[in-house]
This record gives sequence, structure tokens and C-alpha cells, in this order.
Amino acid sequence: MAVGLLGRKVGMTQIFGPTGEVIPVTVLEAGPCHVLQVKTLERDGYEAVQLGYLNKPRRLAGRSARGHVAKLDSKRQRRLTAAGVEVLAKAGCEPKRWIREFRGPADGLEVGQEIKVAVFTEVPAVDVIGISKGRGTAGVMKRHNYRGQRASHGVKKVHRHPGTIGRNTDPARVEKGRRMAGRYGHERVTQRNLRVVQVDQENNLLVVRGAVPGPNGGLVVIRKTNKLG
Amino acid sequence: MSQKILSLVEQGSLKAEKPKFAIGDTVDVHCRILEGDKERIQIFSGTVIARSGSGSREMFTVRRIVQGEGVERKFPVHSPRIAKIVVKRSGVVRRAKLYYLRQRTGKSTKLRERRMESETK
Repeated sequence: MAVGLLGRKVGMTQIFGPTGEVIPVTVLEAGPCHVLQVKTLERDGYEAVQLGYLNKPRRLAGRSARGHVAKLDSKRQRRLTAAGVEVLAKAGCEPKRWIREFRGPADGLEVGQEIKVAVFTEVPAVDVIGISKGRGTAGVMKRHNYRGQRASHGVKKVHRHPGTIGRNTDPARVEKGRRMAGRYGHERVTQRNLRVVQVDQENNLLVVRGAVPGPNGGLVVIRKTNKLG
Repeated sequence: MSQKILSLVEQGSLKAEKPKFAIGDTVDVHCRILEGDKERIQIFSGTVIARSGSGSREMFTVRRIVQGEGVERKFPVHSPRIAKIVVKRSGVVRRAKLYYLRQRTGKSTKLRERRMESETK
């Protein structure tokens, strides 16, 4: 399992392909990310690589956040060292704003290493995970693609309503799982198999074909696609 | 900031020299048409009635009358499929979108003020 990257959605635009066709693309600012921690089977019970993206101002970073990336010379730490407890490897970078784990073996990655977009140069397609735009309380037409009701023919003030939600006396209740209006959006969405159009190593940009969940500026997790074929 | 980054990506899709034409111009748009492995040029001529967007997304609309029927085509300004844009005539217009031409038929569309020669020079 190749490790992915953290990044930000910059926005959409279009570019021209080799035969002059228009390709709709999303520009992602991907990395650079620091490896903050490598989780191993023996110590943590599972294998993963923890990445951090974007620096957090020191005034906003708590002691634990600072201690996670750099060795803190605390009284407790001194005592532990004296007792012979080995200090875990630290990345030695600034505290990070976003921290995410990627499951799988480390593949030779070490704590403190910097990962850049270059990892996607040989990758044909990626998956992008983001938080979709929040839509608040949404009706049934927007949320579940219901058709609503007719514009005329006696329909009164219920043009966007769901219609019936069940039967009469027989079940005498609404069955579970009935789709209704409610909170919509602002949830984790994975967009799979997006073709990598361009990798700009100089500016840490990754250009993929198609749309990506979330608002411009939103955090995205990018990984090599797990879709086969 | 994000606009800067987007323009960075669009850079590669822009033409080295942006075709020069204005709203109200009568133009010949030379389109490259690929048929199998052969390429041929098709010309669409008409009046430029609108221009929209920016960067690699900039589009322009050309309107002409074919057999009494109004036909409009929208092209990306920077598309590699457009070989060239030749300005035939320039019209004097006072607005950016000439949508009012859609309501006109016959002479009122054709006879539009032409820019005087002295004015262009």
C-alpha cells in the first residue's frame, strides 16, 4: 500500500488535452507532508504511517502537539530517560495543523521524512477523500433526489413534498429507513479513480480530472486509487 | 492566492498570442476538424455577440443566420482546435453582450453600424 498525501482543494478549471479537447480539472495543493509517526504491529497493534500537513502557529499548538513533533525537555521526560525508557523518534518539525494516518506498512518511510507530490508521478489515478459541502436542513428533493409533486392539477403547497411515507392501519407505523428531509452534506466522501492529469513538483500541485468533494480550501486526503483495472 | 495557483495550471493551456477581436466584429473562425487521421479546416463566420470567462475558460459566441435560421456557436478562445480567427469587419456597438440581435430578423441584424476607416487608424 503506497502512502498518500494530505492537501487542499484549490479549485476547478479546464485545460486542453493533446487533441484539443477540454478536460475539466480540479487543482489540488498536495503536501509537502512530514511523517510524524510510524505505527508498527508490535507496538501499536497495527501498521500505519501518520502524516502532518501545514504548520500550525506555535501559540495555537498545545504542549502535546508540540511534544508530538519535537523532543520536549520536561521533568517527566528527563525522569523517563533516566529510568532507561527510550524516547520515540520525533519528526523535528513545526506542529502540524492537519494530522491523518494511512493504514499499511511503512515501506521504508521514516519519521521526519518529507513526502512531496513526486510520489504521484508514476500513478495513473488517485482517490480523493474530503468533507462535502454542508447543505444544512435539506428537503427530500435535494437530499434524496425525490421527484416532488406536480406544479398544477390541484397540487396545493406541497410541490416539493415527498408524498406518502407508508400505508394506513395495517402497519400503522412508518417503516425504518424511510428517507426524509434532514441534515445533508458535510460528511466524508471518497471520490475514487480520478485520473492524474498533471504533477507540478515545483509548486506542489496535483491536477486531477473531474470534481473533488468539499469547498475550495478544504482539506483532502489523496491516495493511490484502490480501484482495480 | 488560489486564483494565482489556478492561473499557474492554466498557463500551459493558453495560446502564446491571444486572438484579437472585439464584440460586434464579423469574424471567420477557422476550426480544425479531425477526421480519422486527416485534418481539415472548417470556417464558421458570423458576428461575435458575447465573450465570457477568463484564463483558459474564456469563451466567445459567434452568431450567424443560416437559411433564415439563427445559429450560434460558442468557442473557447484558447482552444488548439481553433487555427485562427480572422476579423472581417468591425461594428460599432455600445454593449458587451449583443443578445438583442436574437430578437431581430432580416435587415435590422445585417445593417449594423460599421466602424469608419479613419477611426481604426
